[in-house]
Amino acid sequence: MGPLLVLWLAGCLSGTWAVDRGNFKTCDQSAFCKRQRALKPGQSPYRALLETLELTNTKLTLQLINDNNKVRLLLELYRLQGNMTRVKINELKPLKPRFEVPDVLINDPPTEPLSLLSRDENGVVLSLGADSQRLIVSAKPFRLDIMEGREVLLSLNSRGLLAFEHLRIRKDTISYKIKTKVNSMWENIKWVFSSKVDPEGTENKEETEAANEPTEGEEEKAKEDEKVEDGMWEETFKSHTDSKPNGPSSISLDFSLPGVENVYGIPEHADSLKLKATDGGDPYRLFNLDVFQYEVFNPMALYGAIPVMLSHSAQRTMGIFWLNAAETWVDISSNTAGKTVFGQMLDYVQGSSETPQTDVRWISESGIIDVFIMLGPTPTDVFSQYASLTGTQAFPPLSALAYHQCRWNYNDQEDVAAVDQGFDDHDIPYDFIWLDIEHTDGKRYFTWDPHKFPQPKDMLQGLLDKRRKMVTIVDPHIKVDSSYKIHNEIRSKGFYVKSKDGGDYEGWCWPGNSGYPDFTNPEMRAWWASMFAYDQYEGSMENMYTWNDMNEPSVFNGPEVTMHKDALHGNWENRDLHNLYGLYVQRATAEGLIERSGGVERPFVLARAFFAGSQRYGAVWTGDNAAEWEHLKISIPMCLSLSLVGVSFCGADVGGFFKSPSTELLVRWYQTGAYQPFFRAHAHLDTPRREPWLFGPENTALIREAVRQRYALLPYWYQLFYHAHHSGQPVMRPLWVEYPQDTATFSMDDQFLLGRDLLVHPVTEEGARGVTAYLPGKGEVWFDVHTFQKHNGAQNLYIPVTISSIPVFQRGGSIIPRKARVRRSSSCMEHDPYTLFVALSPKRFAQGELYIDDGHTFNFDKQKQFIHRRFSFANNALSSRNLAPGSQFTTFSWVEKIVILGASKPSKATLKTHDGKESQLEFEFDASMSVLTLRKPGVNAGLDWTVVLQ
Amino acid sequence: MSCALLLLLMSLALAMGTGAAVEIQRPRGVPLSKRQFYEENKPFTCLDGSSTIPFDRVNDDYCDCRDGSDEPGTAACPNGSFHCTNAGFRPAFIPSSRINDGICDCCDTTDEYNSGATCQNTCREMGRKERESLQIMAEITKEGFLLKQQLIHEAKRGQEDKQGKLTELQGSKKGLEEKVEALRTVKETAEDPEKEAKERHLKAWEEQKELLRMEKDKTRMAEAFLELDDDADGYVSVAELQSHLELDPDSDGSLSETETQVSQGQSEPPAPVETPQEESRDFVSDHDSDHYPEDYAGEEEEDVEDDEEDDHDEEEEEEKVTPEKREDDEVSMPPYDTETQSLIDGTYSHLQSLICDPECISICRNLEKEIGFDFGPSAEFAYLYSQCYELSTSEYIYRLCPFNRVSQKPKFGGSETNLGLWGQWAGPEGNLYSVMKYDHGQGCWQGPNRSTTVKLTCGKETVVTSTSEPSRCEYLMEFTTPAVCQEPASLDEVLHGHTEL
Repeated sequence: MGPLLVLWLAGCLSGTWAVDRGNFKTCDQSAFCKRQRALKPGQSPYRALLETLELTNTKLTLQLINDNNKVRLLLELYRLQGNMTRVKINELKPLKPRFEVPDVLINDPPTEPLSLLSRDENGVVLSLGADSQRLIVSAKPFRLDIMEGREVLLSLNSRGLLAFEHLRIRKDTISYKIKTKVNSMWENIKWVFSSKVDPEGTENKEETEAANEPTEGEEEKAKEDEKVEDGMWEETFKSHTDSKPNGPSSISLDFSLPGVENVYGIPEHADSLKLKATDGGDPYRLFNLDVFQYEVFNPMALYGAIPVMLSHSAQRTMGIFWLNAAETWVDISSNTAGKTVFGQMLDYVQGSSETPQTDVRWISESGIIDVFIMLGPTPTDVFSQYASLTGTQAFPPLSALAYHQCRWNYNDQEDVAAVDQGFDDHDIPYDFIWLDIEHTDGKRYFTWDPHKFPQPKDMLQGLLDKRRKMVTIVDPHIKVDSSYKIHNEIRSKGFYVKSKDGGDYEGWCWPGNSGYPDFTNPEMRAWWASMFAYDQYEGSMENMYTWNDMNEPSVFNGPEVTMHKDALHGNWENRDLHNLYGLYVQRATAEGLIERSGGVERPFVLARAFFAGSQRYGAVWTGDNAAEWEHLKISIPMCLSLSLVGVSFCGADVGGFFKSPSTELLVRWYQTGAYQPFFRAHAHLDTPRREPWLFGPENTALIREAVRQRYALLPYWYQLFYHAHHSGQPVMRPLWVEYPQDTATFSMDDQFLLGRDLLVHPVTEEGARGVTAYLPGKGEVWFDVHTFQKHNGAQNLYIPVTISSIPVFQRGGSIIPRKARVRRSSSCMEHDPYTLFVALSPKRFAQGELYIDDGHTFNFDKQKQFIHRRFSFANNALSSRNLAPGSQFTTFSWVEKIVILGASKPSKATLKTHDGKESQLEFEFDASMSVLTLRKPGVNAGLDWTVVLQ
Repeated sequence: MSCALLLLLMSLALAMGTGAAVEIQRPRGVPLSKRQFYEENKPFTCLDGSSTIPFDRVNDDYCDCRDGSDEPGTAACPNGSFHCTNAGFRPAFIPSSRINDGICDCCDTTDEYNSGATCQNTCREMGRKERESLQIMAEITKEGFLLKQQLIHEAKRGQEDKQGKLTELQGSKKGLEEKVEALRTVKETAEDPEKEAKERHLKAWEEQKELLRMEKDKTRMAEAFLELDDDADGYVSVAELQSHLELDPDSDGSLSETETQVSQGQSEPPAPVETPQEESRDFVSDHDSDHYPEDYAGEEEEDVEDDEEDDHDEEEEEEKVTPEKREDDEVSMPPYDTETQSLIDGTYSHLQSLICDPECISICRNLEKEIGFDFGPSAEFAYLYSQCYELSTSEYIYRLCPFNRVSQKPKFGGSETNLGLWGQWAGPEGNLYSVMKYDHGQGCWQGPNRSTTVKLTCGKETVVTSTSEPSRCEYLMEFTTPAVCQEPASLDEVLHGHTEL
């Protein structure tokens, strides 16, 4: 789905294939970012008032004061279960409440007691549990340090960039001036009275007052002195004015990471996996925006925002979760970033005392400081820690992991039927066909174009007959049209987002003038969800799922193509929660799909905008990319960045959305997409058709092969998603996640792991004759999954490639289940047998898993209806045993073949089944490749069995 | 896994289908033609010869042969295929991945023997429907083919007519040019020094009188051509000429007017004397590429024609500056006898204008162009030339003018959009004349120029049956015409060639 094809923007676009940077703010053009960034590191004006310290069972509280303006802040420190620390800073007495992000944390994070180790006038030392981890609060200037032993893991405000713009009353207005006069008179009277009436109090009270009263006076004075800068009370960008009725409210805090050279995460940016230092350029921006024709390798904001950063060194992995939904900028600097490799070597040789350090600074426009410091120490720990805060990946229906065919637009029912038939005619599997906005009646979502889609149920039934599915688009902008039921109901219920003047906020999007439902309102979400009921969404059926596009939200005529920041969601401004809107849209839709099935079926919802926690509601994709090699390449780090912060179900439009790919690019994209989690081809309305069979028989065959590889591997994908759902471990992983000490893996953008066991290095270079893949792991071996050729780990391996090559390697020591009988949809393969690929480690050991359930309901969770088995190969015996004794499920699937890579030739292979029976298996042995193939064990995949090789 | 060899029992459907059932046992999924390779109780050799296995491993739901030939009746081999007999309809091979996938692929239901899918045997019904539609198609083809023969015949005649006409026109043009050449000599002579003036004058006068006679002949000739064209009504050039005449009803008169003007004021000097033939041809060809009016819709023709005339003047003025001056010099030279001189000049100019007469040129050009088109192996598509066919949809009126252009006009106001100009025949190898391609239509915003693919199918009538836009700005049109009807196979062949058993 593409943004901004509309005419009035056409002028600005000037026909070039590049983002129009002028449509989007730089830090300099964003008043709060400019103000904050003007602050340079130095002595912090903040001081901890240790006398205000309170330590309860769950938290420590402490006041901070800004010595410049005497405004007090309240600091809350929590030690959370699972080795995390939460730091909250808010104004002690804000003029009005400041926004705290709701609905992102899955619960109030359980705490563990903090204990005070020592305390003096300079600060306090707290224990963070057994691991000799301590939290040191320094009073003047205020700073926090987290130590382990003698090592500083992380420091807050060590560069003095804590800055908290307190809410204030506007002083340049007449009403203020009158009010101030009256107030100060009243204050004087009060003061005089109080001193006279109560001249003697208890010592304590007097002390407190003595401490407080002058402070408040100073505070007033200091506030009076504050300079009113441009952009504090009003800001104009292009033709849009932001009224800023609450004035300046931004916050900032710096973090120092000694010993850290690599930071990752904070998606969504079209940039390398390893984040770059931002000195001299703009900070990374987090602000959900519909960016037309985005460019790769820059820190501009894109459709989604997840304010989570991971730091990694060979010693430790940590995470910083900045829970704030307002526009956010992240500055990164590093004392090694500017140095060349040679320079770094020189430092090393000369024994330079400078340890590498990365400094990070977060700036947000409003809200409070609420930071979760995930202390790792391993990548797996950080994933678990983050999952414990925001939940795990929604477990998708199995079919959603298969191939999706999309285009803006499949024109009508006949077109859908013809494309569906085309896949069968060319024997290419697919599970989902998608309908973009043109399927609706005039871009009124939940409706069908009566001419093009007169009988949607017939169409859906036709797909169902082939065990296939459909996705229709439902965007969150609602056509303002009094003959449109959805609009009328939202309006009459008062569910629209309001403009600053209190009327329904309206903006332009696909349907023309549109309203934007307030998805932050739980009643609105419940109503929206109810619209997906089969009797509400006419023409829908159980094999129809949903796509939420444009949920940044996109407002064609709004500032930066999104909603005005002073638009109102109840009492809160869009400014406060902007980045959260898209999450709510996807959530309400996913809840609708669950409800329509009576809570039985797992939903599948794709969204473009997202926030921390969005992983709980479905899939995301990298938006409107382009048919360029650079965009194919960037799909890897973009999805890896998302994977690191909880979102496993990620993909890029295969083929590229804008422009038309060369045949080679299209083939390479299918090959890459087949090994990325969300595998969907998509194309812009203005591009020529590109169904897989339109490029000649050879290319059809290449694409067919790539898609078939995906289908054969679906059992493994499903198992990985089960784990992502169960424990928050990412499906697609940077190599360093599994090889955290191997510095060679720290900045790789061109290859990745699926789970632990598959290494993928797709060909993403035009005209490539070969690729160099890095196989990690000293002492490990890797097997080419196509040729079964064995390669040693810890080497750069040059692989000659042809147009049919997809370099994929299976780790020695792993067992991967596949289904070799690829059929026209994943549902058709449900009962098919498995082939196990056992790749032996040099020590002739291997381990793997198999997860099976019904593929589409919540019964796996609610009724424990699943099979989860452990395969182990050790001592020349391969066995299958139950990993989930409490679960119950039966399958028709059986084991048809076992392929053992790196094996030696046995004299016989004996199968022992669960009932104690023994039989001999036939086998073939390929001595040149050391591949042993056991013929037809025939055991049910859900049962215990052992094969002994002699 | 449990699937041992299952022999195909003669199905009920089969018996119903033909009523003449012969029981032939063969492994599931094997076509009759390959039955001989699957001999029970003998080792089976994969059809690619790659290995030999015991017969009980045929259809045992495990793939042993690289070519998949040991599992014709199970889904075990990724590259296998399954044969459905489909008695009553036509037999088919399906990929083995469609065996027991829960979807009924074979109309005789034999592909779903173990999936729980409930399939109905639809072969007889499908066979009946197919026979019906084949019958209808055969009738259409038969009639269409007859019509095609007629079209070929007419096209042949029309082609000959046109070729003849063209030759004639080109011949007379050549004659005229020769005369102009002769007259040029006369003219030059007339402008020679004074001393021989008298004789020359007399001689010239006589020659001139002769020329005048010839000129009258020539004018009659030109008129005759027009008459001829009228007779051959229905062909493009004629139609265009006619429409041209309608647009310019005084065309006869304008000739003489031009003549007069030219002879009197020399306001529109003739093409340079030196190489009249070449120059005029160059001029025509320039014009052709720049402003060839046939590329425009009929309604635009008037404007274009005007443009053409304007351009004619401009180009003449711009390009022929030197010759014009020379001409002027010659004119300014005191004539021996003004009267004679003007007569000579007048005749000369008139002949010149006849050679360069836009109508005459246009006729020749159109004829040349039409003759140059590829109207199919037997010119059976010639009848489509200059015709237009429309299809009205809910939003648009689509218009196909074969060998010319495709356009789309909104039904409720709005301007016409060019969906492509005639490009070429674009059918697949062996069936080139089944697809027409029109391209270089109006450009799309951030997209390609519009283009249209026209698929031709056999029909008694010539009609556009559907249009669609499968890809943005790439249109697809279906068009029936007798011209693509193939010689019908005998109906029996059609009906019985497809069923096994």
